[in-house]
Amino acid sequence: MTVKQMSVFLENTPGKMAEFTDLLYKNNIDMRALSLAEAEDFGIVRLIVNDVYTTSTVLKDAGYVFSITKVIAVGMPDEPGALSKVLKCLGAEGVNVEYMYAFLTKKENLAYMIFRVQDNEKAVEVLGRNGFRPLCQDDLKGI
Amino acid sequence: MGNYYQPEIECASREQIRAWQSERLVKQVQNVWDNVPYYRKKMEEKGVTPADIQSVDDLYKLPFITKDDLREAYPYGLLARPLSDCVRIQSTSGTTGRRVVAFYTQHDLDLWEDCCARAIMAAGGTKDDVCHVCYGYGLFTGGPGLNGGSHKVGCLTLPMSSGNTERQIQFMCDLGSTILCCTPSYAAYLAESIWERGVQDQIKLKAGIFGAEAWTEEMRRGIEEKLGIKAYDIYGLTEISGPGVSFECEEQTGMHVNEDHFIAEVINPVTGEVLPDGEKGELVFTSITKEAFPLLRYRTRDICILSRKKCSCGRTHVKMTKPLGRSDDMLIVKGVNVFPSQIETVLMNKGYPANYQIVVDRVNNSDTIEVLVEMTPEMFSDSLSEVSAKEKELVDALKAMLGIYAKVKLVTPKSITRSEGKAVRVIDKRNLYQG
Repeated sequence: MTVKQMSVFLENTPGKMAEFTDLLYKNNIDMRALSLAEAEDFGIVRLIVNDVYTTSTVLKDAGYVFSITKVIAVGMPDEPGALSKVLKCLGAEGVNVEYMYAFLTKKENLAYMIFRVQDNEKAVEVLGRNGFRPLCQDDLKGI
Repeated sequence: MGNYYQPEIECASREQIRAWQSERLVKQVQNVWDNVPYYRKKMEEKGVTPADIQSVDDLYKLPFITKDDLREAYPYGLLARPLSDCVRIQSTSGTTGRRVVAFYTQHDLDLWEDCCARAIMAAGGTKDDVCHVCYGYGLFTGGPGLNGGSHKVGCLTLPMSSGNTERQIQFMCDLGSTILCCTPSYAAYLAESIWERGVQDQIKLKAGIFGAEAWTEEMRRGIEEKLGIKAYDIYGLTEISGPGVSFECEEQTGMHVNEDHFIAEVINPVTGEVLPDGEKGELVFTSITKEAFPLLRYRTRDICILSRKKCSCGRTHVKMTKPLGRSDDMLIVKGVNVFPSQIETVLMNKGYPANYQIVVDRVNNSDTIEVLVEMTPEMFSDSLSEVSAKEKELVDALKAMLGIYAKVKLVTPKSITRSEGKAVRVIDKRNLYQG
């Protein structure tokens, strides 16, 4: 019940992100979600892509340093208060969210979020108990 | 016991070596006094005449020769033979910005190649080996020196010269190269490239002879492991002849100086006083057999230690440590002496690639030092705090080693230029020596 996130090391200099997204474009890779964390000299781009295998090959060939992490993707009603409800149930059970970001979807009425936690198993269990069903990798194709 | 090219010389008694040195030194001093006005003037200024030099014990009386002298005497001022007797010119790679040209008679080339042959045999080379030389050929002494030495040993010699990594690896695989001669940074690059191509099983190398730039024990271990070889250090400088002034034996604990051709001294770089064996100082060479371009007491700027401890290989010639620093590579940052090799040691210990660059600058009248380090998959994670923690760990380790804060900048893999000759490790933007 997790999805694969790709994290990529980029230098924090002008043009690096453009170069990176251009590489994805040229290889017909579709990004579904993206977030950028930056330090002084470097940044980490976190991505959810349509095809992890192809993306890995492309990045490896282009000499990027990257890692693949399992993260949790959750759909919730696209209305005020929905995210707060998800976070409250995680918080109440002691699941710490290290970082999170939103997910683009073509489906109406649902908003998706990516959560990075230490204990995926526990988070999935807590969410399920509270009526939220985290997505698995195959679910990404349908949304 | 190892293999020797000239056992009667390489394993001669200390008394014999001293006798050779004294006899040749006396002759050489007379030679430069008679034939090189520049030397005669320098000796006269110091109040020394050939009569004062009776043996190697009198060496200290002679004036030093420095790179400034070479520049002043450029190009023919230190020639001891007519140009018509010379058959070759070699020149330094100019890493310190001052080009030096050295002249050789046929006899000089012959002795230089003997020195390289000793190094190749000490690394296990025989006439059955395929010696792959990818030092640059041309003005740089690396290629011609090892090439000549390889011929003398009788190896099948591959005069690859530097560059074209693809072709280097292909020849290595197809022709079964067994001995690799190049700079250590290129050896590391080749090793990496071989693994990237997945052809490591087709490599038949057994030994490498790596020199012409500074490298650490960590780097040695990395190359030895990746290529499945024993890596030997070799030392030399164009001014004195080229590679093969000294070379490592299988003990890998320092390089034997070819003392029958070069007298080594270590001096206090400030006072010029000769230091006893075991003390760290600037290495000074006197070439006692050179015909065309003899240098007496040439200051190398390399910081070394000499040792005359008995070596298990059977060779009796003095051993020098690899340069522990180069006084013109040494950086003074915030008043502290910083050697690039110290930074390299920290990086290797922490698992970072040896490919790094040091940028020194002066901002608001205060020195800054920044170390560019290439990111590796092992060091990377999706968590910013984890990556930052590793960065901080490196900063702390550098501070412990150098005694000053050095900023670490993580950069894209392979983004630091890998030259196929000498690596550019230091960029000093301070322009401290202008005008």
